[in-house]
Amino acid sequence: MIDLILTQTLNGLASASSLFLVASGLSIIFGVTRIVNFAHGSLYMLGAYLAWTLVSYLGPADTFGFWGGVLLAALLVGLAGVLIEVLILRRIYQAPELFQLLATFGVVLMLQDLALATWGPEDKLGPRAPGFKSFVILFDNRFPTYELFLIAVGPLVLGLLWFLFQKTRWGTLVRAATQDREMVGALGVNQRLLFTSVFAFGSMLAGLGGALQLPREAVNLHMDLAMISEAFVVVVVGGLGSVTGAYLAAVLIGILHAFGILIFPKITLVLVFLVMAVVLVVKPYGLMGRAPVGHARGHGPAEPLLLPADRLTKLAGLLALALLALTPIFAPDYLLSTLTELIIFALFAASLHFMMGPGGMASFGHAAYFGLGAYGAALAVKWLGAPMEPALVFAPFLAGIAGVVFGWFCVRLSGVYLAMLTLAFAQIAWATAFQWVELTGGDNGILGVWPSAWASSKTAYFYLTLGVCAVSIVALRLTIFSPLGYGLRAARDNPLRAEAIGLDVMRIQWVAFIVAAFAAGIAGALFAFSKGSVFPTYMAIPRSVDALLMVLLGGVQTVSGPIIGAFAYAGLSEQLMKATMYWRFGLGLSIVLLVILFPRGLVGGSLLLVERWCRRPEAAATARLAAEGGR
Amino acid sequence: MSVVLQQSRAPAMAGDPVLVVRDLAKSFGGVRAVDGVSFSVEAGTMLALIGPNGAGKTTCFNMLNGQLRPDKGEVLLGGRPITGMKPRAVWRMGVGRTFQITATFTSMTVRENVQMALISHAGEIWSPFGRARDRHKAAADALLAQVGMVEQAERACGVLAYGDLKRVELAVALANQPKLLLMDEPTAGMAPRERIELMALTAEIAAAKGIAVLFTEHDMDVVFTHSDSVIVLDRGLLIAHGTAEEVRRDPNVRAVYLGSGATSGGH
Amino acid sequence: MMLEITALDAYYGRAHILQGLSFSMSRGEVLALMGRNGAGKSTTMKAIMGLVPPAGGTVSFEDQRVDGREPFEIARMGIGYVPEDRRVFSELSVMENLSVAQRPPRADVPHWTPERLFALFPNLGRMRDRPGGAMSGGEQQMLTIARTLMGNPKLVLLDEPSEGLAPVIVEEMARTILALKGEGLSVLISEQNLHFAGNVADRAAIIEKGMIRFTGTMDELKANEAVRSQYLSV
Repeated sequence: MIDLILTQTLNGLASASSLFLVASGLSIIFGVTRIVNFAHGSLYMLGAYLAWTLVSYLGPADTFGFWGGVLLAALLVGLAGVLIEVLILRRIYQAPELFQLLATFGVVLMLQDLALATWGPEDKLGPRAPGFKSFVILFDNRFPTYELFLIAVGPLVLGLLWFLFQKTRWGTLVRAATQDREMVGALGVNQRLLFTSVFAFGSMLAGLGGALQLPREAVNLHMDLAMISEAFVVVVVGGLGSVTGAYLAAVLIGILHAFGILIFPKITLVLVFLVMAVVLVVKPYGLMGRAPVGHARGHGPAEPLLLPADRLTKLAGLLALALLALTPIFAPDYLLSTLTELIIFALFAASLHFMMGPGGMASFGHAAYFGLGAYGAALAVKWLGAPMEPALVFAPFLAGIAGVVFGWFCVRLSGVYLAMLTLAFAQIAWATAFQWVELTGGDNGILGVWPSAWASSKTAYFYLTLGVCAVSIVALRLTIFSPLGYGLRAARDNPLRAEAIGLDVMRIQWVAFIVAAFAAGIAGALFAFSKGSVFPTYMAIPRSVDALLMVLLGGVQTVSGPIIGAFAYAGLSEQLMKATMYWRFGLGLSIVLLVILFPRGLVGGSLLLVERWCRRPEAAATARLAAEGGR
Repeated sequence: MSVVLQQSRAPAMAGDPVLVVRDLAKSFGGVRAVDGVSFSVEAGTMLALIGPNGAGKTTCFNMLNGQLRPDKGEVLLGGRPITGMKPRAVWRMGVGRTFQITATFTSMTVRENVQMALISHAGEIWSPFGRARDRHKAAADALLAQVGMVEQAERACGVLAYGDLKRVELAVALANQPKLLLMDEPTAGMAPRERIELMALTAEIAAAKGIAVLFTEHDMDVVFTHSDSVIVLDRGLLIAHGTAEEVRRDPNVRAVYLGSGATSGGH
Repeated sequence: MMLEITALDAYYGRAHILQGLSFSMSRGEVLALMGRNGAGKSTTMKAIMGLVPPAGGTVSFEDQRVDGREPFEIARMGIGYVPEDRRVFSELSVMENLSVAQRPPRADVPHWTPERLFALFPNLGRMRDRPGGAMSGGEQQMLTIARTLMGNPKLVLLDEPSEGLAPVIVEEMARTILALKGEGLSVLISEQNLHFAGNVADRAAIIEKGMIRFTGTMDELKANEAVRSQYLSV
């Protein structure tokens, strides 16, 4: 027994090293540039693929060939980092946080298709490392020496990073910039060079992490998203910006995985989740993290005034609804199905907007609740033999309950921490659907989720969807203008003041989180019956990003924005998917271009233009105060 | 229900101690930020808390408003202990506060800011329907009238002049009919005339409603004009307590805090 | 001219903060930029420093245009900036804070080393290894000035140096500014406190709604009741 524990501990430590390399790179980059680099997992994947190619080319059996290939791959990934920073990120440092995240997600999509085009869809098996091909006998178990080597890499890199940050001028500058990058520039330090070098360094760490995995596991196209969500967990648990914390967390997660697979193979992820939960309850900013202070964030412009819709807007809304209600008279069935889906996405987007706009909580894993709604409906049909009506009622509660549990943790954090945590939770939901084959059918999904007879025609189901979604969206709207909605905005505008007038900020945000999850669950359930089936992809990261794009396209500040955004985005992506096999690349490129050209979003951008035309004295006064330090 | 509650809270008589602080202490990593401080504030009076930067004023303030839990000591409000309560619980006990850097809800109008506080005071925050902007309109306007801001009720808080923003904060702080008002550097960043006007208004309201006011301040003109008494903190210790005139003459206070008066108007 | 600003326009987001602002400073002068909250004092300093890009007009430093350059280039030319809210690197020690701003010596201005700075700010010398975050407000204010001096500037911009400080510290601040002047530096301070400005400045420029409304010596300002009342609310 004791030898098993020791072996698994060593296994855990070995797998922690690559995780640590990626997570520390992510952490360092975030510290200085304030960008959460979604593409960090992709750089890790790129490192693995490049190492595979280079090692094969330079000679896999040759010591120089292998290690030279690994190091060269890491350097090339560093170079790719320079390209990404110079071509994309440098142009968007002033853009809102979420747009930056979206741009890096665009890079994820592009790199995915680039890897597919270059290396093909098959897994690539790497050679074993020269000099580390043998085993040692430890506790009567054969233990690969390469694993021992990897175990040493973690602390070695940690020590190197410590030296770099504490003892070199570059390190001092990086630490200073992590706290206040603008001030560093004003003191005569070339920020641009610093940012590029930091991004290159962080990318190189990710590349090295990927390259070192070559002898351990097959290189494949799923490495990127699998790694990024784990790295997010590590960074959140360790504390954003703390390299030592990242190491501790990587070890913790690595060991948990090693034991989890042995003891409870099915619920490894739940185990990780539980540990993360405990850590965050005890230390909200992670093991070694500190609450963000002062200028770390920089104060953005004040939130604009939110006013209820005037008569004209209400009329336009009614008109649009009436038009939609009339479409079945002339529209063919396929168009009705598309419209049904669009309406469902509008509700999905509106539910995300509810927590993101008035609530100020950006979720990167909102698909979890959409997917849970869909699975709730499908499971009720499959396992309980429920007809559509009770299944539709039951499903949102499953999503809502997930909202209760996940939300409880999420509202303890804010900003990017919260976004990362929502993503991690969504990954857990996705993995559960994927792995729990007995219940969910795994990758094959659940089929035969059809509406009741009365709603089985396209027209009837269209009206059902329109009715449910319209009522839900109106209810969300009413809530935004209710005392609860005002409390939510108060909590977002100024949490300190909100607490000082007796508002329980966390609980208000928690309730909003649950409401948003419930509403997304309604959308998911309707979606399940419109498609007739559910799959784990309903909860995958891309679907969460879909929702974000819809909201951001329409504009976070307006209440009707997400609905317009949903229609615009869903229409666009469908056209793109039809047009090319490499639609991911196309979509990624569009996202990146969109963010670079309209760093304030489409609606924000056009609003700015309008205001430049007819400048209002009111706006001037706001900004004047903000410019003068908010005093 | 809220109306009854508000009326039942009779204005305290001048002379009653509203806030009593006994032997309050807090250390950070071995450093005694506040070290056994005791004082009290009476209804309808203004007490100024002054001292050098780093003397423990902010720490002391944050222990009163609930942001920090004291290591030791007792805070009594109207005879009831509020030691270690959370900010929102302290607020419910009848403490209003303003912030050093004005804290308002920028996506709301001036009136809505006050309505928000009134909605919270009435316990209506969990209502998911019914328009918030229609609630407590008259009460909000009455509070705004008190601070002279009713004409600007429809404007966004983000666009107000700085002095006006401070008035809005005062109206918000008065929304729960407080017994005690805590003001952290209320006149920071204001022009001299605005400072005097704001503090005169505060003193007037405090006297009329029997509210006790505790404020920190670096402007000696404000301190010496508008405080009934002054306490001085230095390195966590209370080094002087008395009327403005007594404190001004205290050689100890002159040495650690006031200086020669050359740059602050010659005291 | 040490600094010459002509018809400077600057926006913050959508708002027109500086509206054709012009003034100049000569070498070795201490100029107080005065005005109400929100008048544009901080934005003027940020615009000089390149932190808020000027939308129009020119900023010349020793007859070289600096508008349109990056903040780090402007700092390297010899302008030091001390922001109003201090912004020390709270997790870096005093020595590290100083080292971030270190630049090579420059002709015809004093060359500052940590040791020389500790002579000017004895308090800092006693806490070389203390993290910036563990210092009091007054100590932090002194550290930000010391940090800026490490760049060996010819002109120092001090944004609201007396705000939020105890009267004794304000007196120390006044002595520091006069010491800098004694070293031959030019100093631009933004200030609302007339007593303080009167103690340290040679001249005052009053700003209101993004334009200069008055310039003159401190004595002229003290004599001009109308200007003080209209723009400074005294």
